Amino acid sequence: MEQEKYAHLEKELSPKPPILKNVIKAFLVGGLICLIGQFIALFYITFFDFTERTASNPTVATMIFLSMLLTGFGLYKKIAQFGGAGAAVPITGFGNAVVSSAIEHKSEGYVLGVGGNMFKLAGSVILFGVFSAFVVALIKTILVKFGVVSW
Amino acid sequence: MKNGILTFNSMPSIHSAGVTAGPLEKKKSVFAQSFDKLYEDERCDLPTNEDGHKQLMYDAVMVALSKAKKDVEKIDFFLTGDLVNQMTPSNFTAQALGIPYLGMFSACATSVSSMITAALLAEAKQANWLIAGSSSQHNAVERQFRYPLEYGTQKAATAQWTVTAAGAVLIGQNKPGTPSISCATIGKVVDMGMTDPLNMGAAMAPAAMSTLSSHLNGHSKTVDDYDTIITGDLGSSGFKLLKALANEQGLPHTKNFRDAGEEFYGMDPSFFAGASGAGCSAAVFFSDVYQKLQKGEYQRVLLIATGALLSPLSYQQGDTIPCIAHAIEISINEVSMI
Amino acid sequence: MISIYITSFIVGGLICVIGQLLMDVAKLTPAHTLCSLVVAGSVLDGIGWYEPLIDFAGAGATIPITSFGNSLTHGALAEAEKHGLIGVVTGMFEVTSSGISAAIVFGLIGALLFTSKGNV
Repeated sequence: MEQEKYAHLEKELSPKPPILKNVIKAFLVGGLICLIGQFIALFYITFFDFTERTASNPTVATMIFLSMLLTGFGLYKKIAQFGGAGAAVPITGFGNAVVSSAIEHKSEGYVLGVGGNMFKLAGSVILFGVFSAFVVALIKTILVKFGVVSW
Repeated sequence: MKNGILTFNSMPSIHSAGVTAGPLEKKKSVFAQSFDKLYEDERCDLPTNEDGHKQLMYDAVMVALSKAKKDVEKIDFFLTGDLVNQMTPSNFTAQALGIPYLGMFSACATSVSSMITAALLAEAKQANWLIAGSSSQHNAVERQFRYPLEYGTQKAATAQWTVTAAGAVLIGQNKPGTPSISCATIGKVVDMGMTDPLNMGAAMAPAAMSTLSSHLNGHSKTVDDYDTIITGDLGSSGFKLLKALANEQGLPHTKNFRDAGEEFYGMDPSFFAGASGAGCSAAVFFSDVYQKLQKGEYQRVLLIATGALLSPLSYQQGDTIPCIAHAIEISINEVSMI
Repeated sequence: MISIYITSFIVGGLICVIGQLLMDVAKLTPAHTLCSLVVAGSVLDGIGWYEPLIDFAGAGATIPITSFGNSLTHGALAEAEKHGLIGVVTGMFEVTSSGISAAIVFGLIGALLFTSKGNV
């Protein structure tokens, strides 16, 4: 049997991802995580000397802390199985990627294992974030220099 | 051309079998009652996953030996494999046992490939007693092939769960009334262009079909000659594809087909399409199937273990998933031909 | 005041929906999905659309990973405004440092405290 014919059969018989259900779950879980973030921001604005703008820094750090706890107690993977991108896209998903790699490679020691593998999943996000920021900022700075756009 | 067809005239017997499994399997596997030793800790109370992995295999061997009342010194060869890089769990088990050792790798088809090799050595009268088997440990395999265990990712319904289990059998010269190996077929590597490592059943089903049809043709057998034809770890989605392929290739009834991976966790959806791993086929073949042969519930069975021959590297480099399947026929009633 | 909680939920949820569609429909791996979103956040900041989104949705825009691309670009642009082209490189982590430093610190603490488990 040729590959195309088998690919067709495979497509026909294999269970399909329930896209609508997954999208709804991603919306609810992602929205909920952001809402929790909003409440944490409110906490920093109310009780500490933060403005709406600057509160996002401690909020992000707090969310990553919560993500560490959920990851360590084995709950984050359950949230992610339910919520899909709703758990992966918020910053807590970034925290989960770092913390889970760190925990997993503890057996190889803190230098070679934890240190060497901590960013094995999250590293690509940092790379492409930094590089795209570099390119975008470079283009914009040049455009401003030539008077095409303003800051 | 032999086409991978092997016949064992001396019919080497499987004198005993030992199966060990982890705590999740103890709780969730429908076969837990048939396993010999179950652990409360997924690492067998050892520091690392790989240490636990080795202990699983070691204990499975010890159980098989104690059932046959044999000492380690009596064993001529030790043939096992697993899925961890360079097969350190099997290598370290061999070091602990001190038996002449050949590491076997056919991914999740190692349970059968090691039995075939052992049967060949017995047939050639080069050994009196051999141990064959394979093992897998969920944590050790997942962290190597997929993601860290605690990493959150949404798995599709076609994904499978690597079992924590090991199985070992003691193979020796024929003993009437004992499950014995009459023939086997070594499969070809089949690649149908599947690329999704979270849908291994679909990649492996064509390999199982290829080996099944060359076995039936090569040994002039039909599906009805067997009480059951049991595949290793296709999982529910791969097993469905195998049955569809069988129907298409002129094998209309597949009533006596079973799949160890699909049955392993009792179709519990938290395990997606079912179980996989080198320990899955070994655990089911060497417990449930072996015991049913001993009890006479089965007279003649065909075990087809399937393996996906991928690595994280080959997947990331964009290669498709080549797969293999090996078949071995085990029967109980035939008297030795010698 | 109440409305920011509604908008943060909806905007945050919708960004996750885009991620889910990239995974289920476009068949991207989680890593490819997240990288795409980070790049998108960076580009949106370049054309000046991300800051208004933060004003509108608060944590709904700062918690999704897109905000990581946004804040990297934002830091680079703020420095570039002051120091010219050199600022593009020196300013990049000015705003983002909390996410990465928190991830590093809590990653190590997590490794000290926890062991991974193969439960369902």
